[in-house]
Amino acid sequence: MSRVLTIARMAFTESIRDKILYSILVFALAMIGSSAILVTLSVGGEGRIVKDLGLACITLFGVFFSVFIGISVVSREVERRTIFTILSKPVRRAEFLVGKFLGLGLTLAVNVSVMTAGLIALAWALEGRWTPRIALAVGFTCLELLILIAFAILFSTFSTPTLSAIYTLMVFVIGRLSADLMQFAAQFGGSSLKATITVLYYLLPNLSRFNLSTLVVTDSPLPWGTLALTAMYGVLYAGAVLALAIAGFQRRDFR
Amino acid sequence: MIEKMSTVSAPSEHAIWTASLGKAYRIGFWRRRVDALRDLTLQVRAGEVFGYLGPNGAGKSTTIKLLLGLVQPTAGEAYVLGRPAGDASARRHIGFLPENPSFYEYLTGQEFLTYCGRLLGIARPRLREQIRDLLREVGLERAAHQQIRKYSKGMVQRLGLAQALLGDPKLLILDEPMSGLDPIGRKEVRDLILRQKAAGRTVFFSTHILPDVEMICDCVGILVDGRLVRTGPVNDLLGGDLESIEVTAVAVPEPVTHEVEGLALQPGLRQGDRVTFRLKGEAELQKVLPVLVQAGSQVLSVVPQRRSLEEIFLAASREAKQ
Repeated sequence: MSRVLTIARMAFTESIRDKILYSILVFALAMIGSSAILVTLSVGGEGRIVKDLGLACITLFGVFFSVFIGISVVSREVERRTIFTILSKPVRRAEFLVGKFLGLGLTLAVNVSVMTAGLIALAWALEGRWTPRIALAVGFTCLELLILIAFAILFSTFSTPTLSAIYTLMVFVIGRLSADLMQFAAQFGGSSLKATITVLYYLLPNLSRFNLSTLVVTDSPLPWGTLALTAMYGVLYAGAVLALAIAGFQRRDFR
Repeated sequence: MIEKMSTVSAPSEHAIWTASLGKAYRIGFWRRRVDALRDLTLQVRAGEVFGYLGPNGAGKSTTIKLLLGLVQPTAGEAYVLGRPAGDASARRHIGFLPENPSFYEYLTGQEFLTYCGRLLGIARPRLREQIRDLLREVGLERAAHQQIRKYSKGMVQRLGLAQALLGDPKLLILDEPMSGLDPIGRKEVRDLILRQKAAGRTVFFSTHILPDVEMICDCVGILVDGRLVRTGPVNDLLGGDLESIEVTAVAVPEPVTHEVEGLALQPGLRQGDRVTFRLKGEAELQKVLPVLVQAGSQVLSVVPQRRSLEEIFLAASREAKQ
């Protein structure tokens, strides 16, 4: 376990020393801040607009981070040949991947926390009251992003960084739309389209379940039972994808 | 010392033990099979320095990666320190320096060694001590807190050696440890390897810098096109190939010179009053020495001329390619 934590700490150190990360963070905060300008165009519901746009920004930049940092986590080690040194130590390949996953998860959590604090402060400035539900919505976004990181790591264990990025983005898009696609296929599709979409629906994660922005923005009552199941689904799904990544990584040759 | 399979003992008695080890890669669109290593059978005993020679692309790095579990064999088996190659518990006792090492550039030398030490499970107080001693041993004390991106190639190589020595490994596997180093750096690495041998460690290193091998190795293996073509103790390889014997004497009367030249490979080489004769072997030497002594000549030197490792290496490469 200590080796996993050592690798996680190093992955965290590596990503926080990456200047690109700070650029993404500053840009995201600027985007969240600029949503306050849009408020001037609307009459009433200023807080809702800011929260809606802010949560969308956090998701968007979170996806950007998860895909581009996630896909480079293994490929960069292979390209720089640092993986030879690390895997020649008594480090199991599973420990290496789990450590990297946890390190990236921690970096993601720190970044998203900074963005969330900015959003909560902005919403408070406009509405004059705290909205702790934003933190809950962001927590679920984090679960969604952890699934994406696991996919990015899975793809990067057997594919090139470019293809891994494309595959991971496809998972995000299909995962977000799978429930809608299922409905569409049920109403209008032929049998082959229905079969394809049904397979995709059950195989790929249903990421729309993690989108709580409507509940937060409209102040609707929270379905705690469903949320608990969704959280469990997210953790188990990320774990399963990571297990697949480990299984593929075990057999990989490092030439 | 290397032994043939028919006479070998169990894998546990050797630092490295392989039997018919092979690795084939599938490359290109048509998945063409390329044999990087074929039928490698060798044993390296604990405590010896083993030089693994071969031209570029011969399969040296593939062998090392197989021993460390970085690539999976497609044939045969390999044991390192009595455990199957790649076993994590055996890796605790192996120090490895990769070819042209490259480390995390954003870390300082000290931070990188701390990271490696934590992966080896070394407790913090002991680790601090070890890092301090190793940085001194490889001459990086002053650069300990400098980022690796600012290191020269030689400094990176030294840092690589320091991380390989962390945790008192029983076996050191060094892939081209002298590559890219200047003569002083090479001498320092040679001395370091000899110090490891004196400390009872086994050292297995690949190289194509042959004079270094002659100087420090107990045994060598020559690999050409993925096949081990020569193995054995360095002295046996060098000593088994006596090319000629050079005898230098002074005050050799003319008739005696003609008599000796009759037994020599070529006419005597004259430099002032000294003459050097090149004889074919021991039998000719036994005939020539009494003749010179009886003639009152003074024999200055008798020097056996042996093939260098380089000549053996080139001959082995030529034979393998034919």
